[in-house]
Amino acid sequence: MDDPVRRMAFSRRALLLGAGMAGTGALLAGRMAWLAVFEGERYQLRAQENRIQDRLIPPRRGWIVDRNGKPIALNRPDYRLELRPAEVDDLDAALIAIRSVIDIDVGEEQRIRDDCASQPSFMPVVVRQNLTWPEFSACNVRLATLPGVTPVQSFSRFYPEADRFAHLVGYVGAPTPEQYREEKNPLLIYPGFRIGKDGIERFEDKRLRGQAGSAQVEMTARGELVRELGTQPDRPGDTLRLTINRDLQNYAARRLGDNSASVIVMDCITGDVLCMVSMPAYDPNIFSRRVPATLWNALQKDDHTPLLNKSAMGLYPPGSTFKMVTTLAALKAGIDPAESVGCSGKYRLGNNTWHCHARRGHGTVDMARALPLSCDTYFYAMGRRVGIDAIADMARRLGLGQEYPLPLPGQADGIVPDKAWKQRRFGPDPRKGNWREGETLNAAIGQGYIITNPLQLAVMTARLASGKAVMPRLIGEGSPAEFPSLGIPEWHLELVRQGMVDVVNARHGTARAARSPVGDVLFAGKTGTAQVRRISAAERRTGVIRNEALPWKQRDHALFVAFAPAGAPRYACSVILEHGIAGGRYAAPIARDVLSFLFEPERALAILPPIEAEAARARAAREVRETADSIATETRAMMPSWLKLDIKPPLFEIADPDAPQPPREPE
Amino acid sequence: MDLLNGPWRRELGHLPWSVVLLVCALAGIGLTVLYSAAGGSLNPWALKQGVRFAILLVGALALAMVPPERWLALAWPIYLTLLVALVGVELAGAVRGGSQRWLDIGIMQFQPSEMMKLAIVLVLARYYQYVPKGYESRPDVLIPALALIAMPVGLVMLQPDLGTALSILFGGVVVLFLAGVRLWLFGAATAAVAAMLPVAWSMLHDYQRKRVLIFLDPESDPRGAGYHITQSKIAIGSGGLSGKGFLGGTQSHLDYLPELHTDFAFATMAEEWGLMGGLLVMILYGLVLAWGIRTAINARSQFQRLLALGLTATWFFYLAINMMMVMGLAPVVGIPLPLISWGGSAMMTVMILFGLIMGIARANRPRFD
Repeated sequence: MDDPVRRMAFSRRALLLGAGMAGTGALLAGRMAWLAVFEGERYQLRAQENRIQDRLIPPRRGWIVDRNGKPIALNRPDYRLELRPAEVDDLDAALIAIRSVIDIDVGEEQRIRDDCASQPSFMPVVVRQNLTWPEFSACNVRLATLPGVTPVQSFSRFYPEADRFAHLVGYVGAPTPEQYREEKNPLLIYPGFRIGKDGIERFEDKRLRGQAGSAQVEMTARGELVRELGTQPDRPGDTLRLTINRDLQNYAARRLGDNSASVIVMDCITGDVLCMVSMPAYDPNIFSRRVPATLWNALQKDDHTPLLNKSAMGLYPPGSTFKMVTTLAALKAGIDPAESVGCSGKYRLGNNTWHCHARRGHGTVDMARALPLSCDTYFYAMGRRVGIDAIADMARRLGLGQEYPLPLPGQADGIVPDKAWKQRRFGPDPRKGNWREGETLNAAIGQGYIITNPLQLAVMTARLASGKAVMPRLIGEGSPAEFPSLGIPEWHLELVRQGMVDVVNARHGTARAARSPVGDVLFAGKTGTAQVRRISAAERRTGVIRNEALPWKQRDHALFVAFAPAGAPRYACSVILEHGIAGGRYAAPIARDVLSFLFEPERALAILPPIEAEAARARAAREVRETADSIATETRAMMPSWLKLDIKPPLFEIADPDAPQPPREPE
Repeated sequence: MDLLNGPWRRELGHLPWSVVLLVCALAGIGLTVLYSAAGGSLNPWALKQGVRFAILLVGALALAMVPPERWLALAWPIYLTLLVALVGVELAGAVRGGSQRWLDIGIMQFQPSEMMKLAIVLVLARYYQYVPKGYESRPDVLIPALALIAMPVGLVMLQPDLGTALSILFGGVVVLFLAGVRLWLFGAATAAVAAMLPVAWSMLHDYQRKRVLIFLDPESDPRGAGYHITQSKIAIGSGGLSGKGFLGGTQSHLDYLPELHTDFAFATMAEEWGLMGGLLVMILYGLVLAWGIRTAINARSQFQRLLALGLTATWFFYLAINMMMVMGLAPVVGIPLPLISWGGSAMMTVMILFGLIMGIARANRPRFD
């Protein structure tokens, strides 16, 4: 029955099939050898990548402390819940799951949705901050399996002194998406990681940031941790010691009350900045988290410019505080201090009349009396004789018109005008670029083109008081530098210092309000009242309106510079009250109290309660007005977490720089 | 009943015990892999699989006692019963909705399509046994044979179960090939299939299309559907020459490799035993296949030859498709690796197949007496 032919045919086909099988087998063996041997290394690497994850350990940010080691910025443990939009498939489901554990109100939910929509998806969105411990542990237990939602324990920045150090220290915030794209540092998208956004936090960010550690962990495909393979600990950021005296800064901030003002206190010998307050300010604790849009709008609209660091960025005409510069320029030009000028309250140049602040004049004024009386006529005459270039030279020598190497963003350098400057600025048309003599008169009393910032005035005072080219410093590390001499003869400086002592202490001084309350310490200073507005011809005819009767925005700035003790100067101080009416009446007492705090803190503190009560009243009134304004535009939206202040210093309109000085109120 | 009364003790001695040993070795490797896949534990897989193998081995030895002529007589009834069962599955599936492959027959769940892989070879061998030489390619002979293949393949495609359908088709076509159907017909059929591919493509289910697409470019979706192939290649590749050692596989133990105990058991094994382990398994399989081919060539009737080699080819199909899949040479189709992968159904099929071939070997053993 078995046909041998058929059998042979089958065997042929069977061998053909067998060959096919052998061929396939060889192909498989070859493929496997290819994968395991020739590509083996690549796949081993990929298996490692699968299994081992590098987990960042974010470094703790360094503290910022004052000169005595008292904390200004520190870290506080913080529990929060975060959501990574990139890893969440269904936001609605995730929010429902979260709501079953902690409560989120409607506004919060809206904010989370907005954030998810507006932020790049790799940036985490904070669901809730400041969770209590029970809430945090509930989240850990019940949300552990929810992808993209992580309870995070971390440290958040805390500023115990809140707004009093806001402008100086700045605040921290999330890095901007651009920063991450630039640096590609994975730390920058670590949930909750913060970098310095302003002030010292921003300038010294690299030192404060520290170095991230990393933990190598073995993970399963589901993201469960199997074991830790090795840990490289993080290195916390350095503690940064400032030259600031925290107590003094606090005192100055409280003393300023509701004024829009700046106070700077410097050590005349070392250049240490002891106090640099700009009020009002914002609360950096809020800025380090998220800023509600309402608050942001209110801060931006506020006419007291709480977002502006007036100490470094504010620009003001120095007014009469500039007269020391003119005095020194005159002495350098060889003018005899005994030479006197007759002041009738008016000074004529060409067809125009420049007025002194004393309407009836000061009579005969020599150099010794010119500063205490702040006689404009004397300085018109002296300024005209020495010329603008000599004055500008002396101003620059005293530190005006320049930026200092301080860790502060946006320092304004102001303007110290001279002939060359005017050519550059307005030339080359000779009619516009040429310096006019009227402009010299205005510059001699600190008006016109000349514009300075409060820090420069403090440095100027420190240089006058010490006779050295003092430079300010904020970081209190290393021994203070030895400063070279200014190159001004000591007797010139002595004359000016004596003038400043008389401003405060002599019967005819303009700042008797600043006399030292401390027994054996004499203060010395100089008032300044800088005009903000142009006084129109019509106004001049009807007589000057009293400053107090003007709207706040149009009142004069009040300035005062001082040093103490008068005999052996140690501290220099500058005070500027925006629209503060008069230097002698309003700025000088503040300088007095701040300086006296350095000598007798108890006495200085004792005068605070009425001032603070008054400030609280004013602030409350303002707040009522502001909330009434903002109800209409109420919004719960938050500003982005990487919010950055980008404030430009305000531009002051310079009144016609060679317009003659009109009659004014006496200082 | 002649089995019990017959000289079964003597007949048992005629079994190819060396091949039984080979199969046991393969199953042993399989058990080791399952033990490792469970993280170094007999539960939940290794122990159960071992017991199952022992029972099925006894069953296979018993099947080997059945004279091959008996299968010749039973071929048609078995084929027709399974065909009816496939229709039944289709109807029950239509009632329950979705893909339906199992038929519940009280004591156990039964997968007719799995058995059909064997039955198609059986019935075609029976069919060609009585076709005289030279008549194999005539249309009146070929068309009924093709119909025998087309019916179960069509029914299984409807389930839908592409892997099993292809397996049945392969078994049937191999028997046609071995029976001596003219070669140009296969060439023509291949050309026709190639021409039909676009049509077939439009008939595939979405998930099937996706599998094919991802097979063509697994890196296109490494986190999603291409994940299986990518992770499997990583597992095999990272094993290197000698592997990461027993219980040392990271891809498998940390769950990066999906289906590590079923379809991707070979990758699990290759990660820990490396290229050497993989080649050992391939050689063992190759020896079993060579024995199957030799058995077929030595068999004394066309039916036995066709049955033995058809079944060997079916067994080969399992192996080849599964290994090609784990190495990224074939799309992901749910075909397990016989004797190594976890799963009772596939193991039962393979052991029945093995029992049948052993029976043929026993019946045709060279007689020295």
